[in-house]
Amino acid sequence: MSLVVAQDISKTYLLGSTEVNALSGVSFCLEKSSFISFVGPSGSGKTTLLNLIGCLDKPTTGTLIVCGEDTSKLKYSARADFRGKNIGFIFQDFNLMPVLSVYENTEYPLVMVQNINAAERKKRVELMLDAVGMSGHRDKRPSQLSGGQKQRVAVARALVTNPSLILADEPTANLDHDTSMKIISLMKSMRDNFGTTFVFSTHDPKVVKEAEKVFVLEDGKLVKEEA
Amino acid sequence: MFGILKIASRNLMRYSRRTALTVSLIVIGVVFVSVFVSISGSFKNMMISQITDSMTGHVQVHRKGYMGAVETLPQNMNIKLMGLDRFDNALKDISGVEAISERIKFGGMFSTFTETSNIRLNGIDPEKEYKVVPLLPARILEGSKDLKRGEIIIPRLFANSMKVKVGDTVVVVASNKDGSVNGKQLKVSGIVESATGPGGRDGYVHIEDASEILRMDIPEISEIAIRIKDFDKLHEFEAALTERLSKELNKKGLPMFDVHTWEKLSPFYNIARMIDMMTLFVKILLVAVVLISVLNVMMMAVYERTREIGTAAAIGTRPSKILLLFLSEGLMMGIIGAGLGAAISIAAVYLINLKKITFNFGMQKGIILSASVDYKQLAVISLTVISVALLATLLPAIKASGTEPVNALRHI
Ligand SMILES: Nc1ncnc2c1ncn2[C@@H]1O[C@H](COP(=O)(O)OP(=O)(O)O)[C@@H](O)[C@H]1O
Ligand SMILES: [Mg+2]
Repeated sequence: MSLVVAQDISKTYLLGSTEVNALSGVSFCLEKSSFISFVGPSGSGKTTLLNLIGCLDKPTTGTLIVCGEDTSKLKYSARADFRGKNIGFIFQDFNLMPVLSVYENTEYPLVMVQNINAAERKKRVELMLDAVGMSGHRDKRPSQLSGGQKQRVAVARALVTNPSLILADEPTANLDHDTSMKIISLMKSMRDNFGTTFVFSTHDPKVVKEAEKVFVLEDGKLVKEEA
Repeated sequence: MFGILKIASRNLMRYSRRTALTVSLIVIGVVFVSVFVSISGSFKNMMISQITDSMTGHVQVHRKGYMGAVETLPQNMNIKLMGLDRFDNALKDISGVEAISERIKFGGMFSTFTETSNIRLNGIDPEKEYKVVPLLPARILEGSKDLKRGEIIIPRLFANSMKVKVGDTVVVVASNKDGSVNGKQLKVSGIVESATGPGGRDGYVHIEDASEILRMDIPEISEIAIRIKDFDKLHEFEAALTERLSKELNKKGLPMFDVHTWEKLSPFYNIARMIDMMTLFVKILLVAVVLISVLNVMMMAVYERTREIGTAAAIGTRPSKILLLFLSEGLMMGIIGAGLGAAISIAAVYLINLKKITFNFGMQKGIILSASVDYKQLAVISLTVISVALLATLLPAIKASGTEPVNALRHI
């Protein structure tokens, strides 16, 4: 079975009294261990779609199965648990905890979301920091890092819980071209090493090329699907 | 839990100036209230002990109705021998009595052969009386403290205006309940410092001289003053004694005795009450200060950290953990503020005692204010502050824990 199955999902926001159709009638399947990109211009519904897949929001209509679970049926707290167990997030603005060091940021989900014992935590965090090449900066605070370094830490934080799916909403939007390519190839090598499914959104054509499968969104509709 | 505490303390240090400001507000509040409570408490206790230990005793028992007519010191409202027996019996059932002293109170004429004036006198057994009102001997400024038969101790102001000295011979004349007048020659053996409050301008004679002057064939008593072992248990004692004495009925089937604590005997009780009220208001003020300052700072923190909260929630942090995270920040501020405040308060009270501040209470001059830290009160204040800090954090923390990550992540 596919990791994500979306059937005719749509999302409508109410802006004052007017309805905004952020997504309408979108259907797709995402396979395990794939490296997928959603592309489209600003406002095409990428963030909305990733939020739905990431169980941060519920579709207005349609069914969405993620990791075998119909997430629209989950309550607030159960959704948090679901995300903590199955999904890793990488954000456009990195969103690291400013009061925590690189090491502690990576460790955060293991302490605050899952209850992993200290020895196991140490092993996993060190493995991840090594994998993203940030071992040498483990005691630095996010404010002491460059954008690319922050995003590396974010990748480590997303991967450290061994999720089935990592969602990255425009992970390279705040990075220069070289760094963007490095982050994308880092994500790809992580997929190769750990078998984690990566889904990222972007509107940067050069970054899109790295994806194995691309879904093109326009005005909330899926207009093209290319491998 | 360790993770939460670590993050909470880091966040407090991150806004160090703001945290310091809030904590110092709490500290100042705690110090102010604690010092106020211990000084006003010490002052109140001293005031009370000046009254109870030099004049009234803790509790007084009279024949029913005596206190209503006390202005005239009526001789027909004394407790008779039978009543005394019943009182003594009743007292055996009551625990906590330190000492009792029977008094015959009467008014009479005091004459120096050249001048005559009215005087109120207490007939006492000095040994028993000094055990009930241990500060009385210290008030006897001149002459001897042991009041023997044939002697009289008179208040200083009275002695001054009558131009009487220790060693002078005077005559006391009084009429008894049958109206028969009798007199006795007495030697002035001591001058007692006048004191503020009821009985503060009374003189003293030996109880046997009193009953001789009043021609009591069978002993009678106007007042029984009681000192109890534990003053903190005054009201329990009063209740127990009142309950027990209510069983002692006269021939008409009515209660024989009245029980009064010092509170009903002295107008200073109202001052003591006022001090208590003031203390309460100051405490309420402290609660308000802590509530508002912590609420303010935590609301600001939740607003400023919306994105962080959104991120934490998005990656799966449970609402309860986010709640705990903010609660621990408020709790830490409360604990640090209360702890520092308590420590400084203890030091402040210690310093105040070193300075030996004195005050006057009525005629008693230069009483040294010996403030003592009331550790029970301090604990109550500290715990209140900590709970209020926690309570103030609750609202912002609940708001944070219910953050919708989708909305929070859009927040700039
Ligand atoms: N919370 C919201 N309330 C109202 N409209 C929204 C909200 N979120 C997104 N939209 C609208 O939905 C559409 C899709 O937005 P979004 O998913 O953010 O697109 P993208 O990420 O591709 O830029 C846009 O027209 C946007 O204005
Ligand atoms: Mg977007």
